[in-house]
Amino acid sequence: MSKDKKDSNSETSRRDFLNMTGSAVGAVGVAACAVPFIQSMNPAADTLALATIEVDISKLEAGQGMTVTWQGKPVFIKRRTAQEIKEARNVDLKDLPDPEKDEDRVQKEEWLVAIGICTHLGCVPLGQKPTDVHGDFNGYFCPCHGSHYDTSGRIRRGPAPKNLAVPPYEFVNNTTIKIG
Amino acid sequence: MRWQQTKDWIEHRLPIFSFLDKELNKYPAPKNLNYMWNFGSLAGIILMIMIATGIFLAMHYTPHVDHAFNSVERIMRDVNYGWLIRYIHTNGASMFFIVVYLHIFRGLYYGSYKAPRELLWIMGVVILFLMMGTAFMGYVLPWGQMSFWGATVITNLFSAIPVIGDDIVTLLWGGFSVDNPTLNRFFVLHYLFPFLIVGLAGLHVIALHVHGSNNPTGVEKKTKKDTVPFHPYYTVKDLFGLGVFLIVFALFIFYAPNYLGHPDNYIPANPLVTPAHIVPEWYFLPFYAVLRAITFDIGIPFTDIVLIEAKFGGVLAMGGAVGILALLPWLDTHPVKSARYRPTFRKFFWFFVIDALVLGWVGGKPAEGVYIYIGQAATAYYFFHFLILLPYLSRNEQAMPLPASIDDAVQARKKYGAKK
Repeated sequence: MSKDKKDSNSETSRRDFLNMTGSAVGAVGVAACAVPFIQSMNPAADTLALATIEVDISKLEAGQGMTVTWQGKPVFIKRRTAQEIKEARNVDLKDLPDPEKDEDRVQKEEWLVAIGICTHLGCVPLGQKPTDVHGDFNGYFCPCHGSHYDTSGRIRRGPAPKNLAVPPYEFVNNTTIKIG
Repeated sequence: MRWQQTKDWIEHRLPIFSFLDKELNKYPAPKNLNYMWNFGSLAGIILMIMIATGIFLAMHYTPHVDHAFNSVERIMRDVNYGWLIRYIHTNGASMFFIVVYLHIFRGLYYGSYKAPRELLWIMGVVILFLMMGTAFMGYVLPWGQMSFWGATVITNLFSAIPVIGDDIVTLLWGGFSVDNPTLNRFFVLHYLFPFLIVGLAGLHVIALHVHGSNNPTGVEKKTKKDTVPFHPYYTVKDLFGLGVFLIVFALFIFYAPNYLGHPDNYIPANPLVTPAHIVPEWYFLPFYAVLRAITFDIGIPFTDIVLIEAKFGGVLAMGGAVGILALLPWLDTHPVKSARYRPTFRKFFWFFVIDALVLGWVGGKPAEGVYIYIGQAATAYYFFHFLILLPYLSRNEQAMPLPASIDDAVQARKKYGAKK
């Protein structure tokens, strides 16, 4: 009796310990149960199993571009003119918010392949068509919040933090690109 | 007699009638509430209207990328009164925000967030967050161009979070872009959130009824002389306000149903073409302006070390612009509640209202030229108001003498009116 009284009055008792450990284990259990539900919101297997795509680029002349869809995203393919290549290569890396050499961004200097999603908030920049606005650096211009990209798809001015991403791709032959 | 017996039978098992009598009939309310106190009950009524119309719309809507747009057009053209139900729902969202914003400004002016109503106020801020999420996801459902690109821009905000941002965005999308899984879950959540809001609004009212409404004097009610029973005094006043509100609401529904919307959303979503100007709904414009105001990286001066990238900075500022409201009870600690007795605070309150309107105006303009600077100045003032001005005034403002009681204030006004 006296022992019980002492237990219930002291600041921490065996019961407190059991309460706390019990609650902690319960909380871990609930958290573990949440995992499958949260994971169910991640891309499903069929979404992940996205086939690579092959693109025929034989019809593109210098200065022309085409946009294809890969993983639900637009991919810009552009056959650059000599002038555009020159502009992309004659840039001081210090002038770039996200410094990257043009040589590291393209596999063949004529062909720019980049994911056509502005790295700011995901709009599709303009500049694939000759009649589009090309921005102050002759490449791409995002109309949403005014990001300017150059002829290598690198960010030059505006709120976007990064260059247009380059997807994994390879040249199957001279007229076909495999993306993915 | 039989009714009385039935009532007693129920009351004995579930004391619903005494509860209603206590909270809606006898409930003592300050006798000096003005029309600014209509917007709380009005917000509750609109919530009910939104849920009712939403349930009927959901009976005809298909949450699939191939069918969503057409199912909405079918509601507009083929479903009996579908046009009416949808226009009530779309314009109802705008009305809901007008009413809630007025409700919030009422609270800001009369200091309704101060003790003992801090939790009541914070629950209100949580409701506002939920409302914004609900409205945003609802706007995605018709799967028009603005739906798609609004969803893309807003979900991409989360990619600004360092390290885990991209994974969070993939989780939100359920894929690698805004697509069918995204539309599906947005529909489910758009249906779920309003019921969470109902729950929170219930808690909001429970917390309100503990200490009762604040009032234009900001002086707490003390005696019976300070109050009147809620019914019939405020049921009638609220119903009159409801009538006026419904007239405005009906004008929009029947005469300008698309005035507050964007024509671009009647173009089916196209993931390959971004509209020239992505603009959110009007009620998000002030916060959109804050988002776009942060165009610079925040780092350690004179070094290249960037602590917060511009993109993340914008997201933090936008979230902070709403979230800072929750801290208000601890930023404005002046003992006097109502702006009526705080002349300096009153002036700055109106500056703040103007600032919010400027932000809303800039938010609808393209992010270029002078608009960027106006947006930045207005954003700076927005945070200055909360973080510097209110704490400063809390310590230094000399308030006017307060009336001894609500009744005293009312009697003084009556005498003043009689003299005039």
